[in-house]
Amino acid sequence: MAVEVRVPTILRPYTAGEKAVEGSGSTIDELIADLESRYPGLRERLVDDAGLRRFVNVYLNDEDVRFLGGLTTAVADGDSVTILPAVAGGSAAG
Amino acid sequence: MLVIAQEVVDAMVAHARRDHPDEACGVVAGPAGSDRPERFVPMVNAARSPTFYEFDSMDLLRLYRELDDRDEEPVVIYHSHTGTEAYPSRTDITYAQEPGAHYVLVSTRDPVQDEVRSFRIVDGEVSEEEVRIVATLHRGEPV
Repeated sequence: MAVEVRVPTILRPYTAGEKAVEGSGSTIDELIADLESRYPGLRERLVDDAGLRRFVNVYLNDEDVRFLGGLTTAVADGDSVTILPAVAGGSAAG
Repeated sequence: MLVIAQEVVDAMVAHARRDHPDEACGVVAGPAGSDRPERFVPMVNAARSPTFYEFDSMDLLRLYRELDDRDEEPVVIYHSHTGTEAYPSRTDITYAQEPGAHYVLVSTRDPVQDEVRSFRIVDGEVSEEEVRIVATLHRGEPV
């Protein structure tokens, strides 16, 4: 078994349009590295020097990995990972 | 062009007025691929701010699970500006990550006059589109 990763619309150009792909690794970081090996460019959209990008949410099963261990969160075969872009904005000229 | 029912526009404006001076936000869901904004889903602005909005991350997960289960997508993503015009800010453009959605902005800067405008935001490019408000969005009618 592997880890199922659900991919949002905006990142599907990296996965040849697939809504869900499979990956492997013992942590979120390793899982993303494994995905990057087959879907180049994906990692850059998820991670920056500081860790997970601020406006990307990654969930392990039903939990936001930010409230677990971030990139070091352990994953196991049969887990489900969901990537969702944050829905955010506002009139502040950030 | 965005074709949307009057009652949905009224619901977005009412939400924006209710949360003023904080920004209000939500989506209008519709069957995947239909481009029909049918189901009004107001969301909580987790930032509770007059200049920023953000869906709570767990609310976001629940919303997308629900959309998936119902074979829907966010046809409209709306939010309000409470002191500026109904035009996407630099922040809005930076964080816009649903290339298929109509981004609807409601301005409540005027206490009486509502402003409702719609935009596509793709790869940082903003294009305004016409909003056609209809009495009822008839099922099966092409939009």
